[in-house]
Amino acid sequence: MELTRLSAAALAEKIHSREVSAVEAAQAHLDRIAAVDGTVHAFLHVAGEAALESASLVDAALDAGTPPASPLAGVPLALKDVFTTSDMPTTCGSKILEGWRPPYDATVTARLRAAGITILGKTNMDEFAMGSSTEYSAYGPTRNPWDTTRIPGGSGGGSAAALAAFEAPLAIGTDTGGSIRQPAAMTGTVGVKPTYGGVSRYGLVACASSLDQGGPCARTVLDAALLHEIIGGYDPLDSTSIDAPVPSVVEAVRAGASGDLSGVRVGVVRELGGEGYQPGVERAYRAAVERLEKLGAEVVEVSCPHFEYGLAAYYLILPSEVSSNLARFDAMRYGLRVEGGASAEEVMALTREAGFGPEVKRRIILGTYALSSGYYDAYYGQAQKVRTLIARDFAAAFEQADVLVSPTAPTTAFPMGDKVDDPLAMYLNDLATIPTNLAGIAAMSVPCGLAEEDGLPAGLQIMAPALGEAQMYRVGAAYEAARDADDDTPLIQRVPSLEVSR
Amino acid sequence: MTAPTLVDFAEVVERFDPVLGLEVHVELSTNSKMFCGCPTEFGAEPNTQVCPICLGLPGSLPVVNRVAVESAMRIGLALNCTIAPWGRFARKNYFYPDMPKNFQTSQYDEPIAVNGWLDVPLDSPDEITGATTVRVEIERAHMEEDTGKSLHVGGATGRIHGAEYSLLDYNRAGVPLIEIVTKMIPGTRERAPEVARAYVTALRDLLRALGVSDVRMDQGSLRCDVNLSLSPRGSGVLGTRSETKNVNSLRSVERAVRYEMSRQAGVLLAGEKVVQETRHFEEATSTTRAGRRKETAEDYRYFPEPDLVPIAPSAEWVEELRATLPELPWARRARIKAEWDLSDAELRDLVNAGALDLIADTVAAGASPAEARSWWVSYLTQEANVRGVELVGLPITPEQVARVAALVASGQLTNKLARQVVDGVLAGEGAPDEVVERRGLKVVSDDGALVAAVDEALAAQPDIAEKIRGGKVAAAGAIVGAVMKATKGQADAKRVRELVIERCS
Amino acid sequence: MSADSPGTISRDEVAHLARLARLAVTDRELDLFAGQLDVILGAVARVGEVVADDIPPTSHAVPLVNVFRPDERRPGLTQEQALACAPAAEDGRFRVPQILGEEA
Repeated sequence: MELTRLSAAALAEKIHSREVSAVEAAQAHLDRIAAVDGTVHAFLHVAGEAALESASLVDAALDAGTPPASPLAGVPLALKDVFTTSDMPTTCGSKILEGWRPPYDATVTARLRAAGITILGKTNMDEFAMGSSTEYSAYGPTRNPWDTTRIPGGSGGGSAAALAAFEAPLAIGTDTGGSIRQPAAMTGTVGVKPTYGGVSRYGLVACASSLDQGGPCARTVLDAALLHEIIGGYDPLDSTSIDAPVPSVVEAVRAGASGDLSGVRVGVVRELGGEGYQPGVERAYRAAVERLEKLGAEVVEVSCPHFEYGLAAYYLILPSEVSSNLARFDAMRYGLRVEGGASAEEVMALTREAGFGPEVKRRIILGTYALSSGYYDAYYGQAQKVRTLIARDFAAAFEQADVLVSPTAPTTAFPMGDKVDDPLAMYLNDLATIPTNLAGIAAMSVPCGLAEEDGLPAGLQIMAPALGEAQMYRVGAAYEAARDADDDTPLIQRVPSLEVSR
Repeated sequence: MTAPTLVDFAEVVERFDPVLGLEVHVELSTNSKMFCGCPTEFGAEPNTQVCPICLGLPGSLPVVNRVAVESAMRIGLALNCTIAPWGRFARKNYFYPDMPKNFQTSQYDEPIAVNGWLDVPLDSPDEITGATTVRVEIERAHMEEDTGKSLHVGGATGRIHGAEYSLLDYNRAGVPLIEIVTKMIPGTRERAPEVARAYVTALRDLLRALGVSDVRMDQGSLRCDVNLSLSPRGSGVLGTRSETKNVNSLRSVERAVRYEMSRQAGVLLAGEKVVQETRHFEEATSTTRAGRRKETAEDYRYFPEPDLVPIAPSAEWVEELRATLPELPWARRARIKAEWDLSDAELRDLVNAGALDLIADTVAAGASPAEARSWWVSYLTQEANVRGVELVGLPITPEQVARVAALVASGQLTNKLARQVVDGVLAGEGAPDEVVERRGLKVVSDDGALVAAVDEALAAQPDIAEKIRGGKVAAAGAIVGAVMKATKGQADAKRVRELVIERCS
Repeated sequence: MSADSPGTISRDEVAHLARLARLAVTDRELDLFAGQLDVILGAVARVGEVVADDIPPTSHAVPLVNVFRPDERRPGLTQEQALACAPAAEDGRFRVPQILGEEA
């Protein structure tokens, strides 16, 4: 079998048994990137030689008899371009950081390197993680491998597309309102948003500080769990990081793969799904819930009445924090500088005008407004109260169920250009994913089939209480195993072949 | 622009009541910065004490310095404040090149310490009430981070106006700052300038006693903004206030208040309104100058800092810190006044001479109050004057002075020898015992040597010896003098006299 | 706040906000954004429908308090590293155009 078609776990096994070298694995994926990324455009930067070099170090260690640095040592990975890397540019999908070489590695980056993972390059994203289609990248969109006229989701479309295009078996994304999960759903891959504070944000260029969370992306639940255990855990450089052991998600996956969910209560959230959701997506979701029931889970309906205000609260809190977080991009110390202004103030304004795209500007303006004296209480202040109510809805729901489920996104991947000029329509993509970011709890998306209308992937979202990832992964693993058992070919292997560049 | 009309100070206080407000920023002398592990040394090469965090690089995150929080709490406790049981940092958002993030992480409506007071000693008692202190109420003390420093290049004076460009050094960015804000201080009348200065002085002494800052106004580790408004005498109506920045010395605090009082009176008496504005103190002329006029008041769009979690000091922690407070300056002075039985005037003289703490420390090191006072107030004060430095600037410590006093008390040094020892310490020859050793200044107390010297002197002046034998004890003085000369003053004069009389009996 | 119904925002206001945020937006952008933001603001103003007088705001999803670091030094950047990406530098400092703002 082609190396690029293997799961990370399978590839790791071959590398650690020395059947295959880490360099070979890296090269195979670099070749694949060269072949298809002209079409997909998942990558903004490909590490090339640097990737081969780090892979060769892993090989040298393994050949010397040293035990693998981690269960994923030698496996290649695609890193969302929002994490700082000292040996690669970090652009966040923006012109304002074009070519910026950070002088430090993010904690996530450092942990990946320490684990012996080969970083193939940085992936495309909506500018500063604001968007749901990757169309707001200043470097051009990423295309969905399932249908290259369609978006891969966003903001982490590059990472998800890289997986679906078999350019990498692992990826890292970030999720502020659904930016890992929604692209996962739209590309038929697995994406996890850990509990807020579960993965360090040091070196993760901030979008909305109280919502951002880095997380693992892969083609299988086990791969995601293996990666989760590498990047997760306390970081003294992040004051919001939780000082507790990483939940034993790999163990949970192995338990879940047995397929027995008896004793697990699964809560269907009334407010997520139904009207406003594409029928094929809804049907795939319902079928998934049925499957969970067949595996022994007790399915209950729960109501979270304040979820309908989630979008409104989110699109007040996020822009407010963004307007402050992005103020540092002022042409004084790094990044783009547009000359021609007579004063520092003018240079700042001209640079930010040229360096930021329309969605970023909209959100900065909206956030500046929401924080203004006189408006703070009605907007930002009130949104933070709605946030409390949503957290309480979740707490009440988790009294009745161990995990909650919903469709990950209201639709399958839509055509490029469909929503790019209609911000509000774009925001609606995040309806189902936003509440979990507001509450800070854990959630993941697992592919649950193809929608009948268009044959495009849909995702099942599984949500768990804060630090309750084990339960979530268990359910996800059980579902995935049962789903694959019923299908001839695993869903992800059914993605159409991509046009290969010579 | 026309020069402002300045009203004579006496007239100002006749017609107006000044209302003061003082905001003091203190740079803490912690090892590392407020939110990162960079050093806080003054005077390093530019941009050599920086990291991703204090440079505000994308992706960086702050982590709070525990000692900075403790210092803030100790300052609050020393100012008799209530320590907030729960509070957060907040972002103060505005654009300025010396702020890497274009927001300052500070505290807004949840400061760590509130509602305290400081009893400020006055130079002279209040004419009407006789009070020797004035109680200044403290509104709040909160934590924040300092900004970088800008050098303006190309203009005539190095100031921002007319500069072609600016150069930024971020070494200072992120250094912990505590901002201490007084409540409005009414009722100081003609003493407003003096009270302002006395408050900053007292606060400085307090912070020094706590050991939390170098409090050097000349280095910027203590900064003062002066707020002043005038209320027409007896009206009870508050005036519009001005804020004066760039006040870099205690003397400037006093002068800034005095000038603003005169200037605002001039505006009001001309029938105009005082503009609420920020002004800059001009050191050279002791005047204030208007800053750039702003269209609207700045809206800082404060919101709780999402990258930091709340600070919730437990009652235990607060009490632990309270126990670490040193004896505070006025408590110390009250105790010393009682113990040494000083009058208010005597105490005030010692304080003004900058000698009180030195003397107290010398006593603490073992000297008697009389000995300690004697040394510092006479010989050492003379030395300080000759060298043109303050007492505290002399290269001798209270412990060393106490040692010298102890050597005199035990008879190992005479007063005259002791002064030579002190000279030696001041000259950098080492500690008192080392100087004694090096210069061979020990009192000769070996009787054998003394007897020999006495016999020699007696032999040299036989007629005097005769007189002494004849009962004229007073004549012994001449022999004693000769022996002292022969021993270069290192003999114990009293013992010599005893021996002279013995040898002649 | 504009005199219109709550949740609406005028072009002038958008222009003012853009200035505050140091964004030199073009007239065309102003026209476009004003309309879009008006719609968005109308949607997000929904948060006002929720009765929440007694509800405490959440600023942090996970209830941590008192997270500190010891007052210790940690190696930082060299001057060279700090200035490496600077658009302009001189004498070891970041060089920026004339600052119009108030003297600090």
